[in-house]
Amino acid sequence: MAEKLFRAALREALLEEMERDESVYLIGEDIGVFGGAYRITEGLLEKFGEMRVVDAPIAEEVIVGSAIGAAMTGLRPVVEMMTVNFSLLAYDQVVQNAAKIRYMFGGKVSVPMVIRLPGGAGHQLSAQHSHSFEVLYGFIPGLLVVSPTTPEDAKGLLKSAIRTDNPVMFMESMSLYNTRGEVPDEEYLTPIGKAAVRREGADLTILGVSRQVVLALAAAQKLEDEDVDAEVIDLRSIRPLDWKTIVDSVKKTSRLLVVEEGWPTFGVSAEIAAGVQLRAFDYLDAPVNRIGGAEVPMPYNQQLEKAAIPSSEDIVKGALAMVGKKVSA
Amino acid sequence: MFQLLDPAGRLRNGAKPPLDDEFVLEGLRWMMLSRAIDARATGLQRQGRLGVFSPVLGQEASVVGSAMALDPTRDWLVPQYRELPAMLMHGYPLHKHLLSKDGVVMTYFGEGASSEGDFHEACNLAGVVKAPVVFFLQNNNWAISTPRQLQSSAGSLAERAAGYGMPGVQVDGNDLLAVNQVSREAVARARAGEGPSLIEAITYRMSFHNTTDNPSKYQDPAELEAARARDPIRRVQAYLKGRGMWDEKREQEFEQAISEEIEAAIVKAQKAPLPNRSQIFDNVFAELTPRQAAQRRELLGEG
Repeated sequence: MAEKLFRAALREALLEEMERDESVYLIGEDIGVFGGAYRITEGLLEKFGEMRVVDAPIAEEVIVGSAIGAAMTGLRPVVEMMTVNFSLLAYDQVVQNAAKIRYMFGGKVSVPMVIRLPGGAGHQLSAQHSHSFEVLYGFIPGLLVVSPTTPEDAKGLLKSAIRTDNPVMFMESMSLYNTRGEVPDEEYLTPIGKAAVRREGADLTILGVSRQVVLALAAAQKLEDEDVDAEVIDLRSIRPLDWKTIVDSVKKTSRLLVVEEGWPTFGVSAEIAAGVQLRAFDYLDAPVNRIGGAEVPMPYNQQLEKAAIPSSEDIVKGALAMVGKKVSA
Repeated sequence: MFQLLDPAGRLRNGAKPPLDDEFVLEGLRWMMLSRAIDARATGLQRQGRLGVFSPVLGQEASVVGSAMALDPTRDWLVPQYRELPAMLMHGYPLHKHLLSKDGVVMTYFGEGASSEGDFHEACNLAGVVKAPVVFFLQNNNWAISTPRQLQSSAGSLAERAAGYGMPGVQVDGNDLLAVNQVSREAVARARAGEGPSLIEAITYRMSFHNTTDNPSKYQDPAELEAARARDPIRRVQAYLKGRGMWDEKREQEFEQAISEEIEAAIVKAQKAPLPNRSQIFDNVFAELTPRQAAQRRELLGEG
């Protein structure tokens, strides 16, 4: 094990998969000479050449469209979107083609494509570069949607995403790129569709979507001081959802708080709340609670941006309310 | 606009026949098959025996002439919904071509689709990377009810090619010989690594957009009459007649063989097994997800 940056773990996954399988190639904006807006693809052009690290025109729809065609005919493209917001320009290609082609061709063709989608707030990138759109993709049958929160999973999930024959929307929280964590030295894959229990606890379950896991773990630490023993689950996979891990935890703790940075109306947390009350109604001692982003376009102003997304204090407050306590003065 | 045959089927300016008569006969057979399928499929749709159907009527030379420029052993055909004869000609071979290194892609779309952003993005990228693509624009004057002049103020849609760094050519889309010639040139150029081309085939949609459409609400009957005078099938038949290769007897033989082929296909389709309800979840993902498995159990009443 060695400690590595989240961004370095992503790069390692790309590098290893490109070395392992020459059908893997990268396409995106500023990913070659420049090394990517977040330096994830740094040095890969020099290593693999311009046929496998393709700097594309600023045209998301054809970047994704051409990748779908390449995937249908035997390649394994990994697309980098500069931000998840820009992927909206390619939404038609993703929803109408990538997600449906296997079905429309009766299983004779597949689209083994990964789209990497940096997103989330916290960098004063304002209303058109900072959102969390897990739900826009999680909603679509035919797409797998994953979101790592540790360097280990960043690498392991990206490698799994590249190897599956399904199209994968790979959500990356920009705020996690500079975080560190242990990454195994040996070859490994993180399975898609499995949540991870990051902290065991008895009083309530806090389920984090993407970066919210990091906040939830910080909140759980603070909750200890209030004698509240929180379990923290890292969702990791938005589609498919790992109901077993979620429901097992709820059956143990009887309380569930779901945290996402995206807008909660019709959000990932809404889907989870609906599923949990169906599967574990008799175990619940409180309504499933949800914390999400403020339902506004992301503000530019630093204070307002902070106010628009969940904080670990919000999670502490929400958790205490669920167990009948107030924040101590 | 490039043309080899005038509407009466005469070679222009005393040009020499550019193609073998047998090749032209083969093209005519595909065109006549297409038109016969249009009539039969529309009838089946009206009887409630077929879903929505888009006829090719009027565009047979455009579709057949271009598709016959491809090499079925290595090239790709990427049609939309009005290229049935091209698909019948080539099948949809997909993975057969994976190892082909010098294959060419021919993709079809209409003048309406060419107003969409993806058309421009695709042409632009193809120009930048010199992709071996032939963009085959069938300008049939109608996007359902929206006429050509509402799509673009450009006098020629082919001229847009200059903006993508590729050649563009306008061809009489009702002239099988001319369409085939410009298509061959574009395919050869792509195969030689010289990059993409844009072909604008000027044709006319002589029928409805699809079986849900009613052109009488927006189409001037005189315009349709004028299009009939430029019928692509009659033009090839007149040309072949002039070369001593076509007469009434031969026409009847063709029609008889085509009719038998279509009826055999209908019988085959009717005998195909109906899909089972349990299959609806297959092939959304490479593997069934837990949610889909649960939905399938519900659908099948398995609790």
